[in-house]
Amino acid sequence: MSGRGGRADARAAAARVRRRLSGRGAGVAAIVIAVLWTTPTFGLLLSSLRPEDQIKSTGWWTFFSDPEFTLENYRQVLFGTSSSSGRMAGFLVNSVVITIPSVLLPLALATFAAYALAWLPFRGRDWILVGVFALQIVPLQMALVPLLSFFSRGVEVFGVQMLPAWDLEGPARFVQVWCAHTCFALPLGVFLLHNFMSEIPGELMEAARVDGAAHGAILRRIVLPLAGPALAAFGVFQFLWVWNDLLVSLIFAGGTAETAPVTVRLAQMAGTRGNEWQRLTSGAFVSAVIPLAVFLAAQRHFVRGLLAGGVKG
Amino acid sequence: MSLLSRPERLVLAAGVAGLALAATACGSARTGSSTGEGGASAGCAAFAGYGRHEGGTVSVYSPIRDVEADLLERAWKPFAECTGMRIDYEGTGEFEAQIQVRVDGGNPPDLAFFPQPGLLARFAEAGVLKPASAEVKRLAAEGWSPDWARYATVDGVLYGAPLGASVKSLVWYSPKMFRERGWAVPRTWDELMKLSETIAATGLKPWCAGIESGDATGWPATDWVEDVLLREVGPQGYDDWVSHRLPFNDPKVVAAVDKVGAILRNERFVNGGYGPVRSIASTAFQEGGIPITQGRCALHRQASFYANFWPEGTQVAEDGDVFAFYLPGDDPSKRPVLGAGEFVAAFSDRPEVEALRAYLASADFPEARMRLGPYVSARRGVDPSNAHNPVDRLSIEMLQDPDTVFRFDGSDQMPASVGAGAFWKAMTDWINGKDTRTVLDRVNASWPTS
Repeated sequence: MSGRGGRADARAAAARVRRRLSGRGAGVAAIVIAVLWTTPTFGLLLSSLRPEDQIKSTGWWTFFSDPEFTLENYRQVLFGTSSSSGRMAGFLVNSVVITIPSVLLPLALATFAAYALAWLPFRGRDWILVGVFALQIVPLQMALVPLLSFFSRGVEVFGVQMLPAWDLEGPARFVQVWCAHTCFALPLGVFLLHNFMSEIPGELMEAARVDGAAHGAILRRIVLPLAGPALAAFGVFQFLWVWNDLLVSLIFAGGTAETAPVTVRLAQMAGTRGNEWQRLTSGAFVSAVIPLAVFLAAQRHFVRGLLAGGVKG
Repeated sequence: MSLLSRPERLVLAAGVAGLALAATACGSARTGSSTGEGGASAGCAAFAGYGRHEGGTVSVYSPIRDVEADLLERAWKPFAECTGMRIDYEGTGEFEAQIQVRVDGGNPPDLAFFPQPGLLARFAEAGVLKPASAEVKRLAAEGWSPDWARYATVDGVLYGAPLGASVKSLVWYSPKMFRERGWAVPRTWDELMKLSETIAATGLKPWCAGIESGDATGWPATDWVEDVLLREVGPQGYDDWVSHRLPFNDPKVVAAVDKVGAILRNERFVNGGYGPVRSIASTAFQEGGIPITQGRCALHRQASFYANFWPEGTQVAEDGDVFAFYLPGDDPSKRPVLGAGEFVAAFSDRPEVEALRAYLASADFPEARMRLGPYVSARRGVDPSNAHNPVDRLSIEMLQDPDTVFRFDGSDQMPASVGAGAFWKAMTDWINGKDTRTVLDRVNASWPTS
């Protein structure tokens, strides 16, 4: 098959797919899927607005036949003053304190690393890239104990203390969480950004270099503006991951009110024997509000970033 | 503590403590009125013996969280203020897994409350726990029966003192319903079965149960089996079963499970208020006994802590809406008690850690904790009349009775793969209709060989 014929076929096929996906049947299917997808969340929202005894005795759909409305669950979860009734407002602050550096640090480091791996020619570069790529396969659970040991005991080789223990206590433990999240995010971050940056035409770089730009200027003036969508996509991705994370913060931040994020609080909130689970309905919504806002605000970048990696012009 | 206590104190000062507490689970009317917060400043003389630990911090790690954690922290607040130490409390639902990670990672807490003697023994054998000091040993000898102390003793060394307890050998019922219908509390297993028949004859399903509990679905049914087995084979036989000297598929165990099955798998006896036998597996254990308050079920076997689960406004008393009686065996003269509890073990032995450990092992702590809310302690010297509700009083009296033979929940002592895995799953399958022998064979085969 000749090149030109193949390209024409492909264009026809693409047009056919586009026609089918924008047809009425596809629209109906999309709406049905969306409704099915949102129903559980909608039920949770309704549940969170119902009184405790109703939540525990009947399903959320009875709301329509017997509407009883209360904000009591939210009041309890957000502003309850004893440690037994939520106080999520305080934990939300912890979550923000954990999340922002845990997003910015890997974003910055991964940008530099990806630029270096894509555009600085040096010996062993490909091997480093393969190594970073391979690191993604290692589940982070395997690193939890060694990393915790690194923080609390330092590094000891044959009885010689190479690095001291960090000995962090109280709010200083946030540093541990930031480091842990940064470590775990870097392989994927470097890989994603490297793929994106290596797609940037080399002529642009050469032209910049001819004009006398050093690597710092190239990165700042050319690469960063072009890589915007990829950076935003990785940022949103990392933000959602860190915000929803329970495991890492449980181990490195602990479960005290000083440092624990919302997810840790949510896990404790149902009580020792799980008899207060009605609070989870409103708790889940409170914890979902901020990521939802972030996602909606950055949705455009998120989708564009995903497509940018997947489809070639 | 400062973060926790400052807003708390403000709120209490503002006099809305009642409001805040009413919003919590144990919101019975008594909780608000009996808060002993005023005692915080009322003299530190009682704590003089523990010394001053200005600037000392003790971290406590435990599976107890939410309301009960709150009450624990309030109970030891006067102690912390008087000795000048700070107690960093951390409650988690992932205790069993997390404690291992923290110990392996070199970041263990100072004190941990172990709900499973088996887990405590594993850490003791690994050499990471500090043996009890002379003072804790003295307090433990003074306060606990050898039955209890045995569970925190590994290779002859005592590693901790028990803290809270719960009694599992209880059957909840409605004294009101019993009075109206002329039923009497049974004193033997036969009487219990006759009573069940009598109730079933009136058209009411006598028993209700629920064993759904997320990942731990099945545990209430294993408690049933343990309770009956303890009566069938005696305390010695029970210990043999726990340590697998008596195999899981032994005819005696099969007979005990079938004895439970005569109730839990009998369509005429269960599941009051919920439906057929199978509905037991899908009913949350927290909701298992609720039909009693609705007059749709008469009997529900569950531990003393179920007192917290009744709907608000339910009166828990000998002559109230609900109360509990001892699950009887064949022989009314033998009354072994099945229960559970936590043990305080230490990973460090700094002076402030030892001081807190000794305080928790004394009779003063359970007394202080009991004044704040529902709590059961097996410690001698705790006055049962100070109990928060009549069921707690009954439980404390049972546990303190010198004639009581106490046995700890067996599945908490077995290897986790069996006690917190195969056994639960087997009992869930069994409720769903699988043959007794088959499921017990499977549990037996799952016992680790090493």
